[in-house]
Amino acid sequence: MNRFPHHLLGIDDLGPDGIGEVLRVADSFVEVAHRANPKVPALRGRTVATLFFEDSTRTRVSFETAAKRLSADVLSFAAGSSSVKKGESLRDTVETIEAMGIDAIIIRHPSSGAPTRVAGWVTNSSVINAGDGWHEHPTQALLDLYTVRQALGGGDEGMDRFKSLQVVIVGDIRHSRVARSQVAAYAALGAEVTLVAPPTLLPPSIDGWPVVAVSHDIDKELPSADVVSLLRLQSERGSGEFVPSLREYTTRFGLTGRRAAMLKPETLILHPGPMVRGVEIASEVADLPAAHITGQVSNGVAVRMAVLFLMLGQSAVEGSSDV
Amino acid sequence: MSEPNRSEPTLVIRGGIVIDATGERRADVVVANGRIQEVGEGLVVPTGATVLDAGGCVVSPGLVDLHTHLREPGHEEAETIETGTRAASLGGYTAVVAMPNTNPPLDSADAVRNVVELARTATAQVAVAGAITVGRAGQRLAPMAELAALGVRLFTDDGAGVQSAGLMRRALEYARDLGATLAQHCEDGSLACDGAMHEGAWSSRLGIPGMPALAEEVMVARDIALARVTGSRIHFLHLSTAPSIELVRQAKAAGLPVTAEVAPHHFSLTDACAAGYDPVFKVNPPLRPQCDVDAVKAGLADGTVDAIATDHAPHAPEFKDLPFDLAPPGVLGLQTALSLAITELDLPLTRILALLSWQPAAIAGLDPSNGGGQGGVITPGAESNLCVIDPTATWTVDPMTLASRSRNTPYAGRTLTGRVRHTVFKGEPVVIDGEAQR
Repeated sequence: MNRFPHHLLGIDDLGPDGIGEVLRVADSFVEVAHRANPKVPALRGRTVATLFFEDSTRTRVSFETAAKRLSADVLSFAAGSSSVKKGESLRDTVETIEAMGIDAIIIRHPSSGAPTRVAGWVTNSSVINAGDGWHEHPTQALLDLYTVRQALGGGDEGMDRFKSLQVVIVGDIRHSRVARSQVAAYAALGAEVTLVAPPTLLPPSIDGWPVVAVSHDIDKELPSADVVSLLRLQSERGSGEFVPSLREYTTRFGLTGRRAAMLKPETLILHPGPMVRGVEIASEVADLPAAHITGQVSNGVAVRMAVLFLMLGQSAVEGSSDV
Repeated sequence: MSEPNRSEPTLVIRGGIVIDATGERRADVVVANGRIQEVGEGLVVPTGATVLDAGGCVVSPGLVDLHTHLREPGHEEAETIETGTRAASLGGYTAVVAMPNTNPPLDSADAVRNVVELARTATAQVAVAGAITVGRAGQRLAPMAELAALGVRLFTDDGAGVQSAGLMRRALEYARDLGATLAQHCEDGSLACDGAMHEGAWSSRLGIPGMPALAEEVMVARDIALARVTGSRIHFLHLSTAPSIELVRQAKAAGLPVTAEVAPHHFSLTDACAAGYDPVFKVNPPLRPQCDVDAVKAGLADGTVDAIATDHAPHAPEFKDLPFDLAPPGVLGLQTALSLAITELDLPLTRILALLSWQPAAIAGLDPSNGGGQGGVITPGAESNLCVIDPTATWTVDPMTLASRSRNTPYAGRTLTGRVRHTVFKGEPVVIDGEAQR
C-alpha cells in the first residue's frame, strides 16, 4: 500500500488512491458520529495545532472536533495576518509551535502557498492545508466528494459513478481556493468538470487545468449537470471591480428558482459556504432536498477525522499495541 | 599621449588577453598612480611592482552596473554601501549606479551628498541615480537640476514607474538640457494591481495574484511615444517581456533616443520557479515564461538591448521567510551577473563585456566621452578601472560565501562558468585571486 502523504497541501498530494482511502475511512467515522460517545482512542497522546491566520469558525471547529473525536490533544492558535505584516515571522511562529511537540499543524492563511512554506520549515510535524489564499482547500473538496459519493449510493458503487459525472462549478473561480481543490479532486476520480463564470471571475489562464469546458452561460450548462457546485461571490468582488453589481451577477449566474427547475431531478446542489442567499443561490433553492449544504457540514468532521487518522494514526499503530 | 607618467609602476597585470571596445589583443597592463601607464606584450616587470597573474584570463574595463540597490541609508540590515560595493568588486564591477529607493529617498541634494560621502572609501565608484519625483511619489518633480549639478546623470523612480503620462512628459522636457537621462521602471499600477508574480498559467495554478506582462508593455509604449515627442533620452530598466523588447527594437529603428537593460534573472529563470512558493524567486518585474526569456536573449543578441544590469536587491532573511505574496521582491545579482551571462548567453565574450561594461558606462554617463573613467579603452593615460576574468573557470554559488549582507540569491547550488579573478579600482587591486582585499 502506498504510504499516505506526510503533508496534505493540495489534492494532488493524494491522487485517486489517496482520495479513495480518505473516503473509505471517513465511512467508519460517520458511524462513530452516531454513537452515544462519538469518540475513538486512535490518536490518544497525539497533539495537533490549528494555526489560523484568517477568521474561519466552521473549518477550525470542524478540524478541532475531528481531532478531539480521535482523542488527540488540540492546541488552537489564532493569529491575525496583520501581525505577520508587522514583521512577525511566520517561520518563528511555526518553529515555536513545533517545539511544543506537535504532530500536525493545521494551517489557514490568506497567502497562497503559506502551508507549502511551513512544510519546508518543520522538521517532523505534518502540515495540513486548511485553506491558503486562492490556492487550495483540500479537505473542503474531499468532503464535497464524500457528500456526492454518499448521494450516489455510497461505497464503491458511489465511487464508480464519478466516472463521467457532469460537474458544473459556478462562481468566483478566479479567487477561489475551493474551486482549485474541487477541480483537481473531481477530475482525479474521472468526473467531467465545467467552469461557469463571467470572464472576469475566471483565472487568467486555465492551461493545464483538468476541465472539459469553460462557459459563460449557466442556462446552457444546467440541464446536463449531475452536480452543481456554487461558490460564494465575495461582496467586495461585486462592487464594480469584477462584476458591476451583485444584482447583475445574480441575474446572469445566480441559481434562481427558475434555473433550479431546469435541473434533472437527481442533480445535486452543493455549496461550500458561507452561503449568501439571494446572490449565488436563491433562498428557496438552498432549502430544496437536492441541496446538500448541511450534509456537507456534518460530513466535514468525518472526512477530517479520516485525514488526521491516515496521516497520524498509522505510526501510532506501529508505535503502541493498545489502540 | 602626453608625457609618460614618471612615477614608479605599482601594478602589473601579466599574461592576459585585453578586451575593450576596440577589440582584443594579448597584452600586459602596467598601472601606476591610478592610471594605465603601459599596454603591450612582454613588458618588463619593474622592481617592487605587484604582479597580478592573468594567464588564461581576459583583462577588461571594469564592469558597470546600471541598477544596484545599496540599501544605505535606511535598510542597512540588508546591505550597506561598504558590503554592496565589496560584492560589486568581487563581481568585477568598478562602478555601480545606486538606485534612489533608499530611506530617505535620493530626491534632494542633501540625500545625494550623504550617499556620495558614505561612498568615498568604497571599493567601487558609486554613481547616484536621483529620483524623478519628490519621495518617488509621482506627484511633483524632484530638484533635478540641483542633483545634476552634484553629478547625477540618471534619474528614476525605480521600484515604481511614473504613473502620470503628463508628469513624465514634463520630466523628460525638463531634463533635456541637464545632460541627464531618465530611466523608467515600466509598470502600470492599474494593470499590475497587487500582482506578486507573472500573470499566466503558473500564477493561475498557484493562486498567486498575477501581474500581467501588459503592465510593463503599456508603459514602454507610452514612454516611447513621449521620447518621440520630447526628443529626450529615456532608458528602460529591466525589460522582461517579448513585446517590450519588440517595442524598443522598433523605436531604435525609428531613430528614437531610447536604450534598454535586462537583468540576468530574466534570461536565466522562468515563472515556473515560483512553483515552490519560495520568495527567493520573487522579483519585480516578475520572472516570465520561456518565450519571454527567449525574447530577452534575442534582444541581447541583436543589439536591441544595450546593457545587462543586475537589479541587485538585497533583503534580510526575515523579509524572505514569508509567504510569497508578503515578501518583498528582489534578488542578489552583483556576484553572479557576469557568470550568468557567460553561462546562459550564446554570445562572444566581447559582446558580453560590451553589455556589462562600456555600453552601460555610456548610458550612465560614466565613460571617458562624458568625462568619466569607466568602461574606457585600455590604453595609457586611462583611469585604471579593470577586471580580470577567467572565462572558463567554474564555481558553485553558495549564498553563505557571498559578500552581500543578505543571502537572497536564486542561484544557490548552481554551477556557473566564468569567474572574476582580479578587480582593480582606480589602480588599487581590490580583488586578488577572487578574494576581496578590504
